[in-house]
Amino acid sequence: MNRQHAAWLFLAPAVIVLGVFFLLPVIGAFALSLTDYDLYALADLHNLRFVALSNYWALLHRPLFWAALGHTVYFVVAGVPLSMLVSLCAALLLHSPLARCKAFFRTALFAPVVTTVVAVAVVWRYVFNTKYGLLNYVLGGIGIHPVDWLGDPHWAMPAIILFAVWKNFGYNMIILLAGLQAIPSELYEAARIDGASTWRQCRHITLPMLAPTLLMVGILTVSGYFQLFAEPYVITEGGPLQSTVSVLYLMYNEGFKWWNLGSASAIAFLLFVIMFAVTELMLRAGRKEVQA
Amino acid sequence: MTPRIAKALINGLLIGGTVVALFPIVWMLSVSLMQPGEASALPPPLLPAHATLHNYQELFLRAGMGHYLLNSLLVSTAITMLSLALNVMAGYAFAKLRFAGRDALFKSVVGMLAIPAQVAMLPLFLMLKPLGLVNNYGGVIVPAMASAFGIFLVRQYARGIPDELLEAARMDGAGELHIFVRIVLPLLKPIMVTLAIYTFLTAWNDFMWPLIVLTGQNHYTLPLGLASLAREHATDTELMMAGSVITVLPVLLLFLAMQRYYLEGLLLGSVKG
Repeated sequence: MNRQHAAWLFLAPAVIVLGVFFLLPVIGAFALSLTDYDLYALADLHNLRFVALSNYWALLHRPLFWAALGHTVYFVVAGVPLSMLVSLCAALLLHSPLARCKAFFRTALFAPVVTTVVAVAVVWRYVFNTKYGLLNYVLGGIGIHPVDWLGDPHWAMPAIILFAVWKNFGYNMIILLAGLQAIPSELYEAARIDGASTWRQCRHITLPMLAPTLLMVGILTVSGYFQLFAEPYVITEGGPLQSTVSVLYLMYNEGFKWWNLGSASAIAFLLFVIMFAVTELMLRAGRKEVQA
Repeated sequence: MTPRIAKALINGLLIGGTVVALFPIVWMLSVSLMQPGEASALPPPLLPAHATLHNYQELFLRAGMGHYLLNSLLVSTAITMLSLALNVMAGYAFAKLRFAGRDALFKSVVGMLAIPAQVAMLPLFLMLKPLGLVNNYGGVIVPAMASAFGIFLVRQYARGIPDELLEAARMDGAGELHIFVRIVLPLLKPIMVTLAIYTFLTAWNDFMWPLIVLTGQNHYTLPLGLASLAREHATDTELMMAGSVITVLPVLLLFLAMQRYYLEGLLLGSVKG
């Protein structure tokens, strides 16, 4: 057996699985989005018609799609910076030479990341309970009136964002901590000799040196947050008044509840295009920033 | 700010953060041991008055939680073993074997990392239906048998294997399969442990695809079983908490036992750049 053959034998199983069960369906998704695949087509393929871009056209005229996109963008725009800020603060605290028991704190702060979304979402649903929930109890202690977190359309999305930040901040914290540890300590020593304060060291050494890591973490977090689904599915079921219906939640309902698979594919594809455009923009802006 | 105050402040903030991070998890454990209805009181009780396993009994005897637990174990273990084998072979080939079209093929694998899995879900469902894989463990396992991320991770790690080592074995007349099993696999052990834990946790926690492809309760994994219970028994706080404990505890313990490997994998995987 020569090396070429061996290489292909080693590669074949994985490449076939990825090709057949991932790449092919992705291409199929675009094809599907150009058809009117629905319950009738599911029963008999003869009912399938090619409809070109009319699924996309219909979506752009559908208020629920824009609402779902709006909720998702809200979740991304508020959730990602908040999430990153908490991760950065936690990483800075863990990195400080003054911090004690670092291994313990690191594990404890990371623990929410490995938990199952559905299970901890169930827990948080009770934390957010208007009457018996701990959050309102704690807020009551500092004189804030009970908030109807999951029943008020204005508060449901902030509640989901709080939950997502709690669940996810540990992941970026670990990556940013590694980034902090990679900054050469000579830089800080030199700054200290020049009499720079801790704050100035943070602004002029830590943040610029951490910028590439922050950019990468930001892009990964944005694409992760665009894929909001399990949180509203479990915590609010898309309500109240559909205020937490995300794009993927709409895709799921459209595809697997109402069986409009053509239109659902168009939703999935639009989300993909939006995500791609946003992350590409971030990458370009980030590169420009680094060059400047 | 004096160093003593700074030290107190930093450690105080870390303690505060830890309380917020762990509280929901510890509270879940505590409420799961309470009598039905006990948690709905003011002020919210922190500890059970008389700890009881009643909720767990109820879940295993009446709600079929034991069945979901077995399903989760079966599906996650199968995905871990199969995808580990396939990803390690492919990652090694990309890292160390020269063949025509290697770079182009690897680039397309990396490109797949940028495509959200949900795009593939609708056509995949239609593809699996005629294959008899809808509402079948295979529907969850088969598409997860290889992952672009796993291949990428192994390839990054395997690049560190010195070429001289492999060449020397070839000089001695060893076949490629022999080299892979005897020389390469032992060297890849650390990344295999990392990838195995990572894959198991991801498979265990996965929600959206199993929700789509497992249409009957018989094949539900724990997250699906819990989500459907949560929709039926929304007011049984204590029962739901016990269900959450059963779902979370196995992965949390696995993480605590193997966290060094898990965190290493997280860092290796994030250096996509």
